[in-house]
Amino acid sequence: MQQAKCLPAQADRHFFRETGMLTPEENTMNNKKSKVVQYNRWGYIFLIPFLVTYVIFQLVPLADTIWNSFFENYRSGLKQIGPNFIGLANYAKILSQGDLWKYAGNTMIMWLIGFVPQIVVSLLLGAWFTDPSLRLKAQRFFKTVIYLPNLIMASAFAMLFFTLFSDGGPVNSILMNLHIISQPYRFFASVAASRILVGFMLFIMWFGNTTILLMAGMMGIDQSLFEAAEVDGATARQIFFKITLPLLRPILVYVLITSLIGGLQMFDVPQVLTNGTGDPARSTMTMIMWLNKHLYSKNFGMGGALSVLLFIITGILSIVVFKFTGTDTDK
Amino acid sequence: MKIKKENGAGIRARRVVAYVVLILLSFLCLIWFYILFINATRSHAELSRGFTPIPSTYFIKNFQGMQHSTQPIMRGMLNSLIVAATSAVLCTYFSTMTAYAIHAYRFRMRKFLYTFILAVMMIPTQVTALGFIRLMLKMGLMDNFIPLIIPSIAAPATFFYMKQYMDSVLSLSLVEAARIDGAGEFRIFNVIVLPLMKPAIAVQAIFTFVANWNNYFTPSLILKTEKMKTLPVLLAELRSADFLKFDMGIVYMTIAFSIFPVIIVYLILSKQIVGGVTLGGVKE
Repeated sequence: MQQAKCLPAQADRHFFRETGMLTPEENTMNNKKSKVVQYNRWGYIFLIPFLVTYVIFQLVPLADTIWNSFFENYRSGLKQIGPNFIGLANYAKILSQGDLWKYAGNTMIMWLIGFVPQIVVSLLLGAWFTDPSLRLKAQRFFKTVIYLPNLIMASAFAMLFFTLFSDGGPVNSILMNLHIISQPYRFFASVAASRILVGFMLFIMWFGNTTILLMAGMMGIDQSLFEAAEVDGATARQIFFKITLPLLRPILVYVLITSLIGGLQMFDVPQVLTNGTGDPARSTMTMIMWLNKHLYSKNFGMGGALSVLLFIITGILSIVVFKFTGTDTDK
Repeated sequence: MKIKKENGAGIRARRVVAYVVLILLSFLCLIWFYILFINATRSHAELSRGFTPIPSTYFIKNFQGMQHSTQPIMRGMLNSLIVAATSAVLCTYFSTMTAYAIHAYRFRMRKFLYTFILAVMMIPTQVTALGFIRLMLKMGLMDNFIPLIIPSIAAPATFFYMKQYMDSVLSLSLVEAARIDGAGEFRIFNVIVLPLMKPAIAVQAIFTFVANWNNYFTPSLILKTEKMKTLPVLLAELRSADFLKFDMGIVYMTIAFSIFPVIIVYLILSKQIVGGVTLGGVKE
């Protein structure tokens, strides 16, 4: 490809030499410095839309969020309290109160309920899809189907699950028709059932995406390694645990951390499923749902402190991703 | 010989297991949308009698009921369409431009800015939401589409995807050649670079469109009046209203109405979308 592109250029040079004109290269050589600088100025110009938008809509709000976290600023009934500068008091309050830890725990539990089956199933499917000896048919159909839930509006999906699993909904109706239960099961009155439903929905929504990412990683592994292992008489299980899994570690870490960052942002599904209450007994209340509450009640001090804590945790996790993927900024 | 035979049987057994698991998972992915479709075709009275797997005849009735329900669902659809489509256009165009700036030019701040954009890629919108809302209040942009559309110009994840794609398709000699022909930098970008990036732009346009179509967090904070609200906000409202008063057929129709357009588009473009997930390797 590259070579094919060079040929006309060489022909051109020949033409220039014969006609005694300066070749374009020579031309640029003469005033290279000024031209290049002149062109490279355009790098800044093309970056203006991004930078201006980013500064206005992201950086200024971020700075304002951090700034607000040092102030007492909320409404108590009709009375506005603050803004008064109170230093780190919001942080002290948020970290010493039980709420933060309760909601962080909720978020982690529901994330784990979704993530553990997700990573197991995705590894299994990835290994099957990329196994040449298995020769699975209709791969495109299956990939299309398992990726589908990822594109569904999370709030609509949660609304759907709320109606399907409600006391008089289709799921109870089916279970009763099959005589598995005699009374409607009240899914949203049970802590375990509510959390499992949230985790299950996240699993359904994300395992297709993870499968496709892991598959890409598995296809990047040198095929001769598998062939050599097969010649040596390794079983499919041995190949998976001794070759695929260790070589997949960077991608696994990437999937784990990005999923964790996504998990920290868990909002739409539990918010709509429980109508923002996080019921039963605030057991499905996530950190972002709590932040959303602060934003609605205009408690900017506490909301700010919570945002900054989430920002710090996300930042640390992102650095881990950076280290592992080693994104090259030289190119 | 014996070993080989066992191996063959083993593969067959594993293949059967793989198919069973795949069919089971496909069932788990699709059953909800099947039930949704069935229920959207049934009347409130039929729905309260329990579930049957056979569609009924109330599809059009429910659709008309939805059009005349207390919530402006059709308007919400239009609002979602406006926000998602304009965001997709702005996001892909300016992300390509940003990627081109980093890709084609060598300026002093280049490396710093590139690293900076990658570093902020993971910052979730939720952690800056507080300052964002306060700023929009001050600028008088509450209950307006601008705060939902304009910020998509600066999308680090889309930029990263475009940059990676550009590394593989755009050689700078092409840009040089255009310069010699006397084309201006802006013209080169619009006439030469953009068409080359078409496949990547298509993939990212779809992803940005879907992400904005589905977005609930920011619109729920920004949009206040009924006729400005997008579909996810209206759906969440439906959840918070007194549920028993509603015609369930219309509720299912409303959910179906917000889910099925995306499914139809996806089925048409599934090849590009599924392929696009791996290309960038960026999970949004």
